Amino acid sequence: MADPLLELAGVSKAFGGLVVIDDLDLVVGEREIVSVIGPNGAGKTTLFNLITGIYPPDAGEIRLDGESLVGLPPYKITRRGAARTFQTLRLFLNMSVLENVMASQYGRTKAGILQAMVRTPRMRREEREIRAQAQEKLGFFGERLVGYRWNQPAYSLSYANRRRLEIARAMATEPRILLLDEPAAGMNPVETHEITELIGELRDEGGYTILVIEHDMHVVEGISDRVVALDHGVKIAEGTFEAVATDPRVVEAYLGASATARK
Amino acid sequence: MSEVPDTPALPEPDEARIGVDSWVAESDRRRAQRRGPLGLVARGWESSPDSVKLLVFIAFASTLPFWLNEGDLFSFGLFTLIYATLGLGLNVVVGWAGLLDLGYVAFYGIGAYGYALVSSPQYGIHWPAEAAIPAVMAATALLGLLLGFSARRLQGDYLAIVTLFFLQAFLAFTGTANPTVAGVGLTGGPNGIPNVDPLKFFGYELNSTKQQYFFLLGVLAVVAAAFYLANLSRTGRAWRALRDDPLAAEAMSMPVDRLKQLAFVIGAATAGLCGAIFAAIEGAVVSTDFTVSVLITIYAVVILGGLGSIAGVILGAVVINVSSQFLAPQNDHPEIKRWLFYGTVLLLVVLAVKPWYRAMVSLLGAVAFGFAVHAIVAAHAAPSWTSGVAVDAGSASTAKDIAGWVVIPVGHGNFDTLAYIAMVVALISVRNLSGWWRTVALIPTLYLTAVVWENLLAPNPAVTALILFGAMLVILMTSRPQGLLGKPRVEVV
Repeated sequence: MADPLLELAGVSKAFGGLVVIDDLDLVVGEREIVSVIGPNGAGKTTLFNLITGIYPPDAGEIRLDGESLVGLPPYKITRRGAARTFQTLRLFLNMSVLENVMASQYGRTKAGILQAMVRTPRMRREEREIRAQAQEKLGFFGERLVGYRWNQPAYSLSYANRRRLEIARAMATEPRILLLDEPAAGMNPVETHEITELIGELRDEGGYTILVIEHDMHVVEGISDRVVALDHGVKIAEGTFEAVATDPRVVEAYLGASATARK
Repeated sequence: MSEVPDTPALPEPDEARIGVDSWVAESDRRRAQRRGPLGLVARGWESSPDSVKLLVFIAFASTLPFWLNEGDLFSFGLFTLIYATLGLGLNVVVGWAGLLDLGYVAFYGIGAYGYALVSSPQYGIHWPAEAAIPAVMAATALLGLLLGFSARRLQGDYLAIVTLFFLQAFLAFTGTANPTVAGVGLTGGPNGIPNVDPLKFFGYELNSTKQQYFFLLGVLAVVAAAFYLANLSRTGRAWRALRDDPLAAEAMSMPVDRLKQLAFVIGAATAGLCGAIFAAIEGAVVSTDFTVSVLITIYAVVILGGLGSIAGVILGAVVINVSSQFLAPQNDHPEIKRWLFYGTVLLLVVLAVKPWYRAMVSLLGAVAFGFAVHAIVAAHAAPSWTSGVAVDAGSASTAKDIAGWVVIPVGHGNFDTLAYIAMVVALISVRNLSGWWRTVALIPTLYLTAVVWENLLAPNPAVTALILFGAMLVILMTSRPQGLLGKPRVEVV
């Protein structure tokens, strides 16, 4: 494995008496694609919420490139280089496609509101860069989100395009690691195939490290360097796709105890 | 052997172009469809940049002092500008950042009291405006920062309640508490602070309404331009993003709490600026100028014009202030409100009743129906049933003409109230009818509306203003919930 970029050590989180993440260790190396799988309620999205600071962990340590993320507000974590997409799609629906991707560059730009009101040369230069960056990130998706689409409101997009826009929006924060929460959910087989290839391109051309939650096993098989299986907040298996997919504990978690018994 | 003609391959007319869906492909054609001079104006207006639109408005507004008298310029001109500037500040907080701030008017009041304290005989301090206005803005901005702390924790209704409490506390403090500071009541209690200095910049005093008007117009232009540019910057985008989804905004590197507070600060400073100018123009400050009804008016300006739209807010201020000034019980043009009323009814019928000939049938039918009813009543009932005169008609002959069409009885007790009830019933039945039944039912309904206006509404201007105002807002908001120039929003799709 390459140098570790994201490290979780002994992370736990409970909501009241319900332990959602239990003493979890996880390492994601630089330019690695790691998939997190597990049945519903396994704690996958909570894991993302912990990494991005939406909840603080009850115990344990989360480090990005050696620096602790614990206790930082979400916007600072994103500025440190961990950007996410949402399983339930949380676009800025009333803003245009281009503006969505421009807005997420807030953290890496500086011009204050007074500079904007008088349009200083520096502010205008920065604004041009923001726009160019947004167009470049949208260009990553081929024809889908360019041209006349730039000025369409996000709510007019199809479901698949919304997923793409969320990825573009996260890319524009200039993260080192992308956390993708079910990028293929609700997509048809052709689109699912596309997203599989896209995730590979994100790493190979974009240079991102990727942690992805996915239910579609074809996608997981197609993209993963490594797969981590969670159940009830505990890591039950880790390794290559083949190793994890045939691991009896994983099969049990998905299909119940009798499935393994019958084998 | 015949040659095969070499025909160029024509694209199929409805061939799908890659990446262009049908709606988009059609949009150019649809736009081109609007022909004639109106279409030309519409296209020109659409394609002109916003700076040009602002200049057109400023150019038009600067002609007002040359054809309005002093009193009208004060009530129609100055107050429209104050409402517009106040509305622009509120638009930052509510329209862009999406924070329901009901304490906004308190900052307006604090600005006014602040200016009065440093520029009046109250404490014998007479700061010039170039010092007083920035000081007042800084003070209101600071208070906005403090109140903005509540926006960090509270959302929606909860924030609204806390900020409304802030406004009520301000009113209680200035109007009732009036603590004694240095031997003088700080805020003057219910009497307020009189003899506030006029605006005086570097020794140049703005005395006449005309000077004050041009000064305010300049302020509005600067504020509108500054907010327009702010909206196009990363801060503006961040505000609109957090209004749509604060959690996603936070996850996309925007410090949501700080941005909310910034919106509060900017709104408060704008309100403070307006308050200071208002105090100087009025020459006195009283806490009753900053009540909840003012808050409602400013919200009406912003919502009617269109939340989030600068041009909309300015248009909203024009519509709200001009119509409320015409409807005000004491104004120099009592005859105009009648034509506003009839004009609005006419416009509604023409716009709402389709096709056009049905609208014509209803309108002409109502006129004929009126004369017929009047003739029957005049012939068969006691003379007291038709002996009334129209109120505030402008001229005696107009009053007589109206009384020749509308039945205006004298001394018949509850006739006006009964007519009002009948009108409401008729309106409801018209709403529930369709086709030609509706067209026919509209005839007596329209006539009843005129009867109610002449007998009940015109003689009671104070009540009428509120009823008409409410009706206007309800009709507009049901037909265009996004406001006049606002964009329709979606919350969840």
